[in-house]
Amino acid sequence: MRKLLFLGLFGLMAAVTYAGGYRVSLQGQRSLAMGHTGVAVVNNAELAFFNPAGLVYLENKINVAAGASAVFSNVKYQNSEFGISSETDSAVGTPFYVYGSYRVNDWLTLGLAAYTPYGSSVEWPTDWAGSHLVNNIDLQAIYIQALASVKISDKLSVGGGPIYVNGSVNFNRNLNRTLTDLDGNRSNVTVDASGVSAFGWSASAMYNATEDLRFGINYRSEIMVEAEGGDATFQNVPNSPLTPFQDTQFDAALPMPAELSVGLSYELLDKWLFAFDYNMTYWDVYESLDIDFANATPDSNNPRNYKNSSTYRFGLQYLANETVTLRVGYYFDESPVQSGYFAPETPRNDAHGFTGGLSLHVSDRFSIDAAFLYNRYEEVDESYNYYTENGETVPFEGTYKTSAFIPGLGVTYKL
Amino acid sequence: MKQYFKYIAILALGIVSCEPEFDNPVDEAGAYSNGEADFSRYVALGNSLTAGYADNALYITGQENSYPNILAQQFEKTQDIQDFTIPFMSDNAGGLLAGGNQITNNRLVLSVVNGDTLPRVYTGMQPTTEVGNVQQGPFSNMGVPGAKSYHLGAAGYGNVQGIAVGTANPYFARFASAPNASVMEDALAQDPTFFSLWIGNNDVLGYARTGGTGVYQLNNLQPSTYADNDITDPNVFASVYSEMVQALAANASGGVVINIPDVASVPFFTRVPVNAIPLDAQTAAALNQQFSAYNTQVLPGLVQAGFITAEEAQSRQINFAEGQNYVTLQDESLTNIGQAIQGAPFNLDPQTAGLLSQLRQATPTDLIPLTSSGILGTPVGDNPNMINGVSVPLGDEHVLTNAEQELIRDATTRYNQVISGLAEANGLAFVDANAMLNKLASDGISFDGGFVTSDFVTGGAFSLDGIHLTPRGNAIVSNRIIDAINTTYNADVPKVNVGAYGTVTYNNEVQ
Repeated sequence: MRKLLFLGLFGLMAAVTYAGGYRVSLQGQRSLAMGHTGVAVVNNAELAFFNPAGLVYLENKINVAAGASAVFSNVKYQNSEFGISSETDSAVGTPFYVYGSYRVNDWLTLGLAAYTPYGSSVEWPTDWAGSHLVNNIDLQAIYIQALASVKISDKLSVGGGPIYVNGSVNFNRNLNRTLTDLDGNRSNVTVDASGVSAFGWSASAMYNATEDLRFGINYRSEIMVEAEGGDATFQNVPNSPLTPFQDTQFDAALPMPAELSVGLSYELLDKWLFAFDYNMTYWDVYESLDIDFANATPDSNNPRNYKNSSTYRFGLQYLANETVTLRVGYYFDESPVQSGYFAPETPRNDAHGFTGGLSLHVSDRFSIDAAFLYNRYEEVDESYNYYTENGETVPFEGTYKTSAFIPGLGVTYKL
Repeated sequence: MKQYFKYIAILALGIVSCEPEFDNPVDEAGAYSNGEADFSRYVALGNSLTAGYADNALYITGQENSYPNILAQQFEKTQDIQDFTIPFMSDNAGGLLAGGNQITNNRLVLSVVNGDTLPRVYTGMQPTTEVGNVQQGPFSNMGVPGAKSYHLGAAGYGNVQGIAVGTANPYFARFASAPNASVMEDALAQDPTFFSLWIGNNDVLGYARTGGTGVYQLNNLQPSTYADNDITDPNVFASVYSEMVQALAANASGGVVINIPDVASVPFFTRVPVNAIPLDAQTAAALNQQFSAYNTQVLPGLVQAGFITAEEAQSRQINFAEGQNYVTLQDESLTNIGQAIQGAPFNLDPQTAGLLSQLRQATPTDLIPLTSSGILGTPVGDNPNMINGVSVPLGDEHVLTNAEQELIRDATTRYNQVISGLAEANGLAFVDANAMLNKLASDGISFDGGFVTSDFVTGGAFSLDGIHLTPRGNAIVSNRIIDAINTTYNADVPKVNVGAYGTVTYNNEVQ
């Protein structure tokens, strides 16, 4: 009986998860305005993220770019069989970036970068229909990177550098669909870990085929963020030896998957720039989210089974006049979540991204960069089929609809 | 420059106001339909099952998970309805106080003591619900634990003064609009547009749960003369039930009536096996030796004397064997041989004669109430040769014999004919709870997490008292009612997800 109960409660623990695809592609307002292209664009210090090899081609000795976005994203869930619906009330996410480069000599430029390529914040109403999978989650990861960009010839450069990651996670869900204390309060667990460190690297190359045509390639390594000794706190657990959940520590690992970008840019009539990027994110590393509890609490294994996913990005830039540069873009972002693994921590299906923006060149040295992104998601009927209860798998099914509107502001400074 | 910022600000505002929208949102008007029914003022009438009584007590979370409250939440998805009001208890402990003295037990919780996982009375807090503290109504859930069919129309059934003398019900006293009010009166005063009625269970259950100590009041048309453990006369039932349905249906758009389950389908009567006595070969042989004279001399002698039939003698044989054995019991329907065997040629002492007077061994059709499980196999006094259910037969109150069950079945069948007949005559939705509970007991009812069955504690349908439903059991009942309403009134009320409703509560604050 007790073993069964354990299985019921934790065999299916649905997740300390962040998001079905918790990649947040907002690493530069100029790039974002052009569909988040940039692996083959030499524009400003945003290259530190998109292709460090290109930093050496920037004209100025010192280049700085910094900015932040405001992510307004909400998800609605409904199930028409039972007439239930819920909507997330997620805090506004504020991913940011700060990049700087310094030209040491004709063939070497050094740089520093800080950015937030992964993260998620989803807050469902407490005790909603999917609360056995997630009530709320907040995942943050800050990447800090030292960079070197080396010119091999006027046509070819290489770049890259080591990455330090500092991450945190806070996640809450109910222990199962029905367990309560005597007063009917749902039993739940919060796992919390912060200050988790990890290391990785990126490497890139840029090739200028002609004056107008560039090619770029950038690879950022997978970084496994391993939380050790995080706090697991159990609330509203019945006072009973049948449910012996006590606060404890946990270990868990979450991958920040590797990403490969290849692309090109083509300049036309001096005023127009077209860019295309292809991203491959190696999500298949995210097979399962496993949480090991330090005490006798049974470990929690949650299949995710993500697949590698592609993103196709297109951008266009137009130099309108001395002060204004206009940009538009589009991308198609394939979800790494496979059908039947649609968990509400990040209920993300394929997205069409429409972007636009502009730069105002306030002076020779200083520009303001603005961009906005509108993500269009189809309404989708999906389920997560790997939650189990007393040995039975119990799908969590419904219709999801996501919206995301993301305005952002940044600055570019060059000296 | 400033202008650009302005545009960005406007853009940002537009973004904030942009919400995801479904093509067919379930939370907007028109997603579901009330059909020809009007749920705007729904009133539920009934007994403990309607009140949300569970685990041998009424408490807040049980009331929240009562089927009428579940229904009201689903009705609300089809139209605007008036708040569904409930005379909530003061706590989740469940016991009642009258003038500060506890008059009913706290709820049962599933606890583990010395390795035994059993329902025990929760002692984590003193009850705080004072009967004399009358709640201000009106209340949509008019379910009154303990009420029989003829109680709903009884004036004064909620009079606090009548509780001690048994003419009033403490649960109704808590929320009756006036000491002299009846449940029906308070219900009709709300001018219900829709009603549910599930009453009559206690008309047989009072008899059943006491092991059939009462009588079947067939042809006694005066319910005021009935004892609590009697079976209500079917004609009395028909008359009061019909009166209630007429009164409720007169101004309502519709209603649903629910029939009476077979008592033998609930774990209170099926949990304790009749062959509950384990014996080794040696003990069985010793016991057979004890009963040898009874089996081979007394019974044949009485047949020979024409005192009992050969058939009855056969039914009174006592035999034990290695393994599980049927309990012994006193069956009041047997010929009392107590006097006869004190005389010649048997000349038994009065004590032995008393034990043998209406003795027989149980058969698979007998039922033992859950509350009698504690007595089985215990010694009388400290005498190891006087074991209850073995050498000492169980009393009448500890066994519901097949003959007693026949009376219950007869009454239940007749009540149910009345209920389905009135449903049809008045165009009301009808739910066959009798068939539903039989299905729970035989095959179980499937849901997304497996099967809900009548198994005690583990089956999921019945609370720890073995009679009343868990929240999950209430969800199943609610779905059946919704089915019936949708069919009868051409409505589209969404069902509930059974797996989202819990079963029994664990707690170790017990004594």
